[in-house]
Amino acid sequence: MAIRACLGLMILLVFSSTISTALFEDQVGLADWHQKYIGKVKHAIFHTQKTGRKRVVVSTEENVVASLDLRTGDIFWRHVLGKIDRIDQVDITLGKYVVTLSSGGSILRAWNLPDGQMIWESILQVSAPSKSLLHVPANMNVGKDNLILVFGGSSIHALSSTDGQIVWRKELSTNSLEIQQVFQPHDSDIIYALGFIGSSEFVAYYVNYKTGEVLQQSKASFKSGFCGEASLASDDVVVALDASRTYLVSISFRNGVINFQQIYIRDLIPEFSGKATLLPSKYNGILAVDIASSIVLLRVKGVNELEIIEKINYPSAISDALPLSKEQQAFAILQHDESRIHFKVKFDTDLTNEVLKETIQMDGQRGNIEKVFINNYMRTDRTHGFRVLVVMEDHSLLLVQQGEIVWSREDGLASIVDSTTSELPVEKEGVSVAEVEHSLFEWLKGHFLKLKGTLMLASPDEVAAIQAIRLKSFEKNKMTRDHNGFRKLIIVLTRAGKVLALHTGDGRVVWSVLLPVLRKSETCGNPFALNVYQWQVPHHHAMHENPSVLVVGRCGHNFDAPGIFSIVDAYNGKVHNSLVLEHSVRHIMPLPLTDSTEQNLHIVIDDNLHAHLYPKTSDSVKIFLDEMPNIYWYSVEVGKNIIKGYSLEIKGELDMAENVFQPKELWSIVFPSESETIALTATRKMNEIVHTQAKIVADQDVMYKYISTNILFVATVAPKASGEIGSATPEEAWLYAYLIDTVSGRILHRVSHQGAQGPIHAVVSENWVVYHYFNLRAHRHEMSVIEIYDQSREDNKDVWKLVLGKHNLTAPISSYSKPEVTVKSQSYFFTHSVKSLAVTVTAKGITSKQLLIGTIGDQVLALDKRFLDPRRSVNPTQSEKEEGIIPLTDSLPIVPQSYVTHALQVEGLRGIVTTPAKLESTTLVFSYGVDLFFTRIAPSRTYDSLTEDFSYALLLLTIVALVAALLVTWALSEKKELREKWR
Amino acid sequence: MSEGWCCGRSLALFALVILLPIWIARGFQSDELLQDDEEFGLEGGRPAAGPKPSTNPVRSPIRRRPDLDPPSGSADSNSVQFSLEHNLGGSEFSPAGTFTARLKSWSHGGQTLTKLRFSRNALTEGEKRAFERLLKEDGHYTIRVPSNVLNPSGEDYVISSVRARCIPRESLDEHFVIHTDGVNIIAVNYGSAGACRYPRLLRYPAKWSFTSYTVLKNSEQAPRTPTFAEELLAGEDGLGEGVKPPEKSFWAKYWLYLVPLGFIVMNAMTQAMNMPEEQQVAGQSTSQGQVAQRAPTTTTTTTTTVRRR
Repeated sequence: MAIRACLGLMILLVFSSTISTALFEDQVGLADWHQKYIGKVKHAIFHTQKTGRKRVVVSTEENVVASLDLRTGDIFWRHVLGKIDRIDQVDITLGKYVVTLSSGGSILRAWNLPDGQMIWESILQVSAPSKSLLHVPANMNVGKDNLILVFGGSSIHALSSTDGQIVWRKELSTNSLEIQQVFQPHDSDIIYALGFIGSSEFVAYYVNYKTGEVLQQSKASFKSGFCGEASLASDDVVVALDASRTYLVSISFRNGVINFQQIYIRDLIPEFSGKATLLPSKYNGILAVDIASSIVLLRVKGVNELEIIEKINYPSAISDALPLSKEQQAFAILQHDESRIHFKVKFDTDLTNEVLKETIQMDGQRGNIEKVFINNYMRTDRTHGFRVLVVMEDHSLLLVQQGEIVWSREDGLASIVDSTTSELPVEKEGVSVAEVEHSLFEWLKGHFLKLKGTLMLASPDEVAAIQAIRLKSFEKNKMTRDHNGFRKLIIVLTRAGKVLALHTGDGRVVWSVLLPVLRKSETCGNPFALNVYQWQVPHHHAMHENPSVLVVGRCGHNFDAPGIFSIVDAYNGKVHNSLVLEHSVRHIMPLPLTDSTEQNLHIVIDDNLHAHLYPKTSDSVKIFLDEMPNIYWYSVEVGKNIIKGYSLEIKGELDMAENVFQPKELWSIVFPSESETIALTATRKMNEIVHTQAKIVADQDVMYKYISTNILFVATVAPKASGEIGSATPEEAWLYAYLIDTVSGRILHRVSHQGAQGPIHAVVSENWVVYHYFNLRAHRHEMSVIEIYDQSREDNKDVWKLVLGKHNLTAPISSYSKPEVTVKSQSYFFTHSVKSLAVTVTAKGITSKQLLIGTIGDQVLALDKRFLDPRRSVNPTQSEKEEGIIPLTDSLPIVPQSYVTHALQVEGLRGIVTTPAKLESTTLVFSYGVDLFFTRIAPSRTYDSLTEDFSYALLLLTIVALVAALLVTWALSEKKELREKWR
Repeated sequence: MSEGWCCGRSLALFALVILLPIWIARGFQSDELLQDDEEFGLEGGRPAAGPKPSTNPVRSPIRRRPDLDPPSGSADSNSVQFSLEHNLGGSEFSPAGTFTARLKSWSHGGQTLTKLRFSRNALTEGEKRAFERLLKEDGHYTIRVPSNVLNPSGEDYVISSVRARCIPRESLDEHFVIHTDGVNIIAVNYGSAGACRYPRLLRYPAKWSFTSYTVLKNSEQAPRTPTFAEELLAGEDGLGEGVKPPEKSFWAKYWLYLVPLGFIVMNAMTQAMNMPEEQQVAGQSTSQGQVAQRAPTTTTTTTTTVRRR
């Protein structure tokens, strides 16, 4: 009976999973949330006319151009230009178009300011991508066809701002010319373009604005060379820094005569040491120099006369000049004072007095100010008011006005580097739940409303009320662990070195911390964040100990730079411990071992391939030494095309304080560099759970999956075809797929795909790997699957052997045994190109799997793994059909309802992370890019729980109705009987 | 050559699964295979452009070679030799044997290795002692071969290791799988000839000599993506007759009608049988009264049962 029930359930599962798991419209937002970000702001342009006054146009390091509401910080519109299309500059022309210059000065686009629609796009011929400048003449009269000038490479392009047509193009010099400054004196048709040729020659061009004719050109070389920075001080003086960054060179170029004048910075500023930087600014006769400890404002009085006006101590920031009238400019100075920020606005005509002085309280977890953009507005009393847009060290964006932070955006979340999850605290007795829970009356009212909704009796207002109740159900936003495991903390690490915890219920930031070790300091000049791992997950002491995460970084981009560790409490973001390591960090291996305090053991491999054990306690060393003979690791050297496998050994005495282990090379695989280069490697997730090794196939047969956690998938491509699609012909492109056992270095399977090329994406799970690539012959993307089965356990199918105990089911598997495996594979066409691949994971591994495909349209598509079954055939037999095998098709179907992200887009999608919930049927999916999206999905539907919108009230009502009917009929029958008897 | 080397693609698919064990087991080798291979190469219309030996799903001859076989054909310009080196726990590698292979050139310029032979040097006393020590401490026995056999630069080696305790059986049984790509060796998988049980017990071999099995492996080609374009078109042409449901049996089709029909027939028959009887009874008494009387009795019995509950 039980078997039959089981079978029935299985069949139900199989059938139910073919039904798409689409959402209804009113279910959007119940279990999912979506957050939009833009990234760290590089440029901001305020618009001063009419409706545009409420908006600011920004471009960011994530290559987003966006229009934000100045009152609230909301996004009006935005465009993500893509990874390779870097935005160089942004400006506004004709009062209605936003102009962006991107891709090294080669693409110029105009967007409509109100709605963000693209108006025109021009591709410019630039000899080599280089520093480029966009010049939009400010003194233009609307109506006249104005020209936009683009200086890039060694040429000038002039484009019409109405339609983007190139009006004229001028080649200035074939040498390495870099234009630094462009300006147009008031009411003149002459453009001044100043720049450097090479590193030692200064050049000034006078160009006719209308025709592009070079009217005059003057050059002069300076023997100690320039560092490439220059700042315009006045109409005929430009100030540059020399190559050593210790001298200021003021250059006058009046009437084509160039004069150099050197000024030693230390003569001006006695405490100066090190290197100076010129801050890009456009002030009349004022120069901002950034020396290591402060910003110095200098007034340029003449060619050889500079005067210090003010020294602003670090940390501080200074804005560009904001022209108020023809003579007057204003600029903002922001200065840190512990948790406060002093905000000053000054006019360049009167530098001693401040127009505005305010103090703002600042949250300590935002770091220093990085950039300031100033904007003015008319106050109610008709005086000038000023507000500033501030970019902080953690990439967040704030608007400051009248001494307050009007709004802030946590835009660091647009650049997530890595993420992990943490459980929430267990619900403790004594912690008041009452404030979270509604009163009984409220609860009843809610259910009554729901009941009305189900019975189609609700009015439109009530329907809206029901939806509102569902969306902000307190249940999902509680700060405690739930029975189903839906509530968790997603702990993310951003590029700025900030760690944030997001609640899975609604995506709010629970805590955030800007790690002090990941901030720029003297010991660590260029830190960057690498990964985040689970450091301590208390099970025994879950009630009074908090879990913690390990954040790993590196000082500088080289592999030999010292590593950074920081241990952060997962519940409150408190930094327990942080240190700069003495060695570098190349790989980190979390081991499946914990010490007595439930800290996970980690092995850090440094640049010399020495292994360091963390935590550095004698307890952990003892645990580790027991397991050391069974620990193997490998390293992939992409540049050299070598994969090497190692074990660990102790040379000489083990230094208990250091815990350093030496590598012992066990195996190596050398790919011939003339025919193969490593394109991608992929492994199984360490925490993945496989429910059973046996796979029941048609006709009651059993196949044994080859489940090894040590499988490494490697894809290599032809060196010629390692570029973009189309860079190689089908004959010179090929792809090799390898399955490698990382303990013994055995190649379990090797297969070639002719005419295939990258980009390759792969995902490994259980006993299969799915990879995506481009087939040049078929001109289509393809997805291939390889499933690997263990043959050594085939004999166990004999019942008699099982009965007599002669099976090897309990024998441990050794990687050193000769593998007896069979491999099944199949390829299918797939329409989309792919940005990311992932697979669902569930708590016990029983639920069938779905592939999560990040499509080129920045959406996440769920594709049942059964479509990627290598055993699919054109005409499956009856028993195969019962097993759930789908008839073979040449391409994989894309069912519109199976988009996990439904109607939303996760702009700039970079990664998809899956985490199991406690409920076996459900997986939590977190996808990130510029946007964040979270949802939970059930690949085989929620077979183990009632859905959230299940109407208990309706069930109750039905039962009550049934009982009443029972009583009534009973009474009636009783009456009738009596009547019959008396008859 | 008993196995069918007739059709081109099945060769690539079959060889690994079926042929390898046979070769290993029987040590069977034949020159005909090479010949066939070559013909296949010419007929199969390999793309002539580009030097890509790796693209060919060549099944190289695989054979077992007992040791002490003199390296033959060293004078042959087509043969190459490369040495196997081993490491018995120290830091130095020392020569342990020699592989000899035939270099086969294809018409399009590529070269592949075929006909691999292997001769193992006998273990010296020192090596034997070192091996015993490895067995005792369950250490790794490591071997290496140059990755480029034509001009071993002395830098790039492919290395493979196994726990020393996996090797001893009657003699020292070893098994090489050499993965090649043209003339390059990508990897060598070295291990015991069979399973290596996990709690590795210390066991010394009866005979201190190696029995070697070698297998040369090239890559196989992935099956092509199925294309159903023609079939789909054909289906579209004959829309109505595209997919015919399979013919059902008569019973399966009409059981819905047959079962009620059967009931009706049976009903009619019983009625027909009862008819004459009732007519007989009707003459004696009125059946009406009987029925009317029977009805109350039945109801009373049911009510009593209800009450008992």
